[in-house]
Amino acid sequence: MGRTLFTSVLLVLLMASAAGLQALRERGGELPVSPGGVLYVRSPTALRRMALSYHSILADVYWIRAIQLYGDTRLGRTADRSYDQLYPLLELTTTLDPYFDVAYQFGGLFLAEKQPGGPGRPDLAIRLLQHGVDMQPDDWRLYQAIGFVHYWSYQDYKTAADWFGRAARLPQAPTWLAALSAVTLAEGGNRNASRAMWRQLQQQATDDWFRRESDRRLKQLDAMDQIELLQKVVAAFAAQRGRAPSNWDELARAGFVRGAIVDPNGTPYRLEGSTVSLDPASKLLPLPLDGQKLQ
Amino acid sequence: MRSARTIGTVAVNVFRESVRDKVLYNLVAFAVILIAASYLIGQLTAGQDIKIIKDLGLAAIATFGLMIAVFIGIGLVWKEVERRSIYSLLAKPLSRGEFILGKYCGLGLTLIVNVVVMVVAWYAVLAYMGGTATPEVRAAWAAPATDLGMLRAVGLIVVELMLVTAIALFFSTFSSPFLSAGLTLGLWVIGHFNADLKNFEAVVDAPVAAWFAHGLYYVLPNFSAFDIKQQVVYAQPVPVQYLATTALYGAVYIALLLTASVAVFSRRDFK
Repeated sequence: MGRTLFTSVLLVLLMASAAGLQALRERGGELPVSPGGVLYVRSPTALRRMALSYHSILADVYWIRAIQLYGDTRLGRTADRSYDQLYPLLELTTTLDPYFDVAYQFGGLFLAEKQPGGPGRPDLAIRLLQHGVDMQPDDWRLYQAIGFVHYWSYQDYKTAADWFGRAARLPQAPTWLAALSAVTLAEGGNRNASRAMWRQLQQQATDDWFRRESDRRLKQLDAMDQIELLQKVVAAFAAQRGRAPSNWDELARAGFVRGAIVDPNGTPYRLEGSTVSLDPASKLLPLPLDGQKLQ
Repeated sequence: MRSARTIGTVAVNVFRESVRDKVLYNLVAFAVILIAASYLIGQLTAGQDIKIIKDLGLAAIATFGLMIAVFIGIGLVWKEVERRSIYSLLAKPLSRGEFILGKYCGLGLTLIVNVVVMVVAWYAVLAYMGGTATPEVRAAWAAPATDLGMLRAVGLIVVELMLVTAIALFFSTFSSPFLSAGLTLGLWVIGHFNADLKNFEAVVDAPVAAWFAHGLYYVLPNFSAFDIKQQVVYAQPVPVQYLATTALYGAVYIALLLTASVAVFSRRDFK
């Protein structure tokens, strides 16, 4: 009895000491954040061999690492805000599991996105998707995604239309792809065409992440329209008064605008001199393309 | 008939011993991993939770089974010799062949019970996750959450585990447990690189080495053939002929190893 009590007390004391030391260490501040995780194996072929019969589960691990890296970097939780490891992680994921469709789609969308939302590497996005096409030559979504990178990141509408056309010719491709190819070729760079494309992606999104991203892109397009319109209003005010408005209230008092002048996310637009822009705090920044390229 | 009964008696005893040795506790670990993963993975994987639970379940079934097959398999004969209980056993109307086959069947039974319980728990978790998913999410899946087609992979995992058990048992008939474990795991790893041996001439410009590697390809067990986990998770077709020839290949290899085990053990001198 006495011995049991002694052991119990000792266990409780040791546990309490461990918890106390943990708290003490935390009070001393945190160590500097290391720049991202380390990729011990970078060769997809070597890793595929080393995986033995655990390809799928290892692909899942690399997939989780990829989205954690992306999320942490985008939210600024990593020290260097670098996406350097995003492509290697996605390449390892898709080499271990060549049918991991969501990894291709994710890479196609986010590798191409400019800093700080992504690494701004459409070339890597296309390389990853091309690997997907090699593995699954009948998957029209991969062709569509490559076309999309050409459209959105390179504004190369002819190549984009070509990829949409190739996607349209595949078995099980939806009928709207042929129309998309034609519209892209005829009206490449048209903001409404871009809007239709994002709506399509939003509808076919398989999870919230992609749906949210499509929603953000659609709002960016709306914001670009609104900025253009506001810019015209400011110009009209300047033409009438011979000077730029000092703020939105002045424009409202003069009857040029009504209500709150906010972007589609609810953040007020910025007016500096005669220039209208998104507020630096707006979640729609950075706009994917400058207004001249996407009219 | 008498022989089958004797083998059955030994097998049941091996199973009881496994239960006494708390081997089935691994099922608790399996259940905890799966249930914890089903809670956590949804937060981490951007909509890939069902795929990952399927991958995790298959990988865990294969890994737990492998550990049991190797670490129990290597002790099957050695323990009896070490405890000197082999003398009293062999003094009974029990041939050495029946002893080996009984031990093998006993561990096989343990493995099958293990796999069956793990599969039931795995499908229960998948059914729960499938039931809580929205119709839009479900529409994006390559296959239903509780796709019975995945049992094809489980079937080949069982054959693979039975083969590993046969290898462990074979080594345990003449070597120490430590060495047996090393040799069994070594052969299991090599067996996954087996396909490379077939194409060795593409890497080495030496006809003799290529010929030797080609020979090894046919002699060493090809464990990569039993791995169809990725295919079943994506509900891809796996021809019945492939399943049948692979299962038959495993059965023939097991028969070969058991014959060799009986032959080695029959010649062993316990004086």
